[in-house]
Amino acid sequence: MASFIGYYSLIFGLCTSLFIIFFSIKNFRNSKIFDIKIISFIFLQFFFVIVSFFSLIISFINSDFSNETVFNHSHSTIPLFYKISGTWGNHEGSLLLWLLVLTLFLFLFLLRSSTEKKQYKILTLLFQQIIIIGFFIFVIKTSNPFNFIFPAPVEGLGLNPILQDPALAIHPPILYLGYVGSSIVFSSALAATCLNCITKQWAKHIKQWILISWIFLTLGILLGSIWAYYELGWGGFWFWDPVENVSLMPWLALTTLLHCILVIEKKLVFTSWAVILSIATFTLSMCGTFLVRSGILNSVHTFANDPERGLFILVFLFSLIFLSIIIFIFFHKADNKNTVIFFWLSKETSILINNWFMMYFLAVVLIGTTYPIFLEVISSEKISIGPPFYHKLIVPFLIPFLFAMAIGPKLKWIKSDIQNKSYLVLFLIISFLLSVLIIKNLNIDFLLNSILITSAMFLFFTTLREFFTREIKNLSQNLAHFGFSLLILSILLNNIFSTEIITNLKVGESFKSKDFKINFEKIEQKDEKNFKTIIGKFNIKNINGADVVFNPELRIYNQPNIVTSEADIKTNLLSDKFITMNLVQNQDYFNIRYQIKPFMIWIWLSVLLISLGGFISLFQKRYEK
Amino acid sequence: MFGRKVKLRFFFILLILTTLILSVYLILKSLEENVVYFQSPSEIKLLAEVEKKKIRVGGMVKSDSIFIEAKEVKFIVTDFKNEINVIYAGVLPNLFSEGKGVVAEGYLKDKNLFIASKILAKHDENYMPPEVKAALEEN
Repeated sequence: MASFIGYYSLIFGLCTSLFIIFFSIKNFRNSKIFDIKIISFIFLQFFFVIVSFFSLIISFINSDFSNETVFNHSHSTIPLFYKISGTWGNHEGSLLLWLLVLTLFLFLFLLRSSTEKKQYKILTLLFQQIIIIGFFIFVIKTSNPFNFIFPAPVEGLGLNPILQDPALAIHPPILYLGYVGSSIVFSSALAATCLNCITKQWAKHIKQWILISWIFLTLGILLGSIWAYYELGWGGFWFWDPVENVSLMPWLALTTLLHCILVIEKKLVFTSWAVILSIATFTLSMCGTFLVRSGILNSVHTFANDPERGLFILVFLFSLIFLSIIIFIFFHKADNKNTVIFFWLSKETSILINNWFMMYFLAVVLIGTTYPIFLEVISSEKISIGPPFYHKLIVPFLIPFLFAMAIGPKLKWIKSDIQNKSYLVLFLIISFLLSVLIIKNLNIDFLLNSILITSAMFLFFTTLREFFTREIKNLSQNLAHFGFSLLILSILLNNIFSTEIITNLKVGESFKSKDFKINFEKIEQKDEKNFKTIIGKFNIKNINGADVVFNPELRIYNQPNIVTSEADIKTNLLSDKFITMNLVQNQDYFNIRYQIKPFMIWIWLSVLLISLGGFISLFQKRYEK
Repeated sequence: MFGRKVKLRFFFILLILTTLILSVYLILKSLEENVVYFQSPSEIKLLAEVEKKKIRVGGMVKSDSIFIEAKEVKFIVTDFKNEINVIYAGVLPNLFSEGKGVVAEGYLKDKNLFIASKILAKHDENYMPPEVKAALEEN
């Protein structure tokens, strides 16, 4: 029954699009004021999608296995929370969620922009409707979440156990708010280009949408990263996996756009650049969806390798790119009358530098992610590109980037000078001395690491000082930059000081290193609702006498039959201690991995700070003068 | 001569071009050095000589071939035509088991021995690395 309602409200939702388009075009031509009817229709569309989404959730909660999606991705013994999160833990449901966010953003956009010009609003909603219709057709035609199975199976196939996790349950909705949020920026930028109304007011108005999308994207990436850290048991937080890269690319584009729009808010320069960035951000989001959904990249995100779906997104993606390029070329008028000449030492220049570096980082990630795919298509040669590629190309360029990040915000618009900035030199010296102190006794590349730490510390100190100045000019920016310096610092220190022991032990054996001794005391078995668990008891003694008990787990899920390992992590402010165990089939040995990872929690906290910066900016009434 | 505006624009375009060329050069150079090729056991057998380059080997873990010790794991990867011995010291993914697909990254010692530095994790039990699938289909 629920499936029935869900399916038909999807169809109704699609039909509403036709009404919306009809009334919008009529309204665009005829009357002077914006027709309220359109908003009601858009709300109606949003309502239909919500009904459809909730009926899918209800099917999941009731374990209604006559629904194919539920049958494939659920099981009656799964806890309720994961039954619900299973709704978007599969291809069909996640696309429905995508559609839900699309319509939600359009509705909110119209509510929030009642003061904008009528034509601009209508054009934006028309562009957004094109995307919405595309996704409606995609969902209904190729990935209908409401397919029936007759006769209904008694039991479902179960949800992939590594998806049964709180962080991953909320990761897709948050990430989608970011991904899909950029669609409204895309539509609005195209509309503004058509009407040639890229003004300071437009920049101010669109900035909040960019910010919202940016905050959620940041948080979504953070959640995914935390999940990978403790659930996959590799002990890292970023692997330069293509699936991670496709979420990083829109983030880089969006961050660039965010900085660029700050300039437009003040001076009408870089307008065409902002439009290109808006188009790029959404295109990259779509690209990400295409890559992970089409089965080209293999990961936990690839639910089904159906070529038809990949082809549909690809065609849709290219028509959107084509449309936006046409609009950009034919409608965009670079306003020459407004050219502002700015001095080389000014805020504009520093933002330009930021954009420059961001584009370089984006290019590196883009090429690293897509090159193997193209190569395979062209020459059927199979290759992979690992972390060394990214590290080599990105890390050295972080140094000037960090310095620019520290100094840039101190500069004034148009023209600036460096007076009363002697404290900057002082900070530079302090940071350098500190970084030398940190790494002097270590066996690592001295030059690169010391300069890197120096630059990160420099940013750290300059932003820290700003918090204590009498009138803090721009809290949000400072907080975000401070968070970024903290992030880079923690990542660097984490990389340098991490230690790791990997060994194979039988129950009762122990492993000794020069710093500590790992005792594998015993294992216990327990039966949980939908899995059996083997809990290991480890006693790790430090040489200074303190000993800690760790209880990593091995979970053997019954449906589907998969083994996952649950790491036991002891977190404190200084470091994480991390232990995982694995069992090799039919063997007595357990594969043990013990890691000490310093400043792990600061990596998560600093990303939270960065997004908090964005959040404050949303509510900051006035940007600095 | 030229006005200040023209000069500025010229300088700007020059700057863009240089950074563009520089970054393309850097990326291509780094690509050349850091690309990891995938090879099946049969392809390794056909190699003229053993290179000191990082590669990936993929196939199925042969039944009854896993041999585990305190420090390392030994097993045989097969594509049902040819086999290669693998020695590995490190973390084993949960789904590593006999008769299932595997992808190992590391260096060739000789044509029969592969020293792995990483075994790639998989996410579900039916998953087979695409490379392995293709390699198996070819045979």
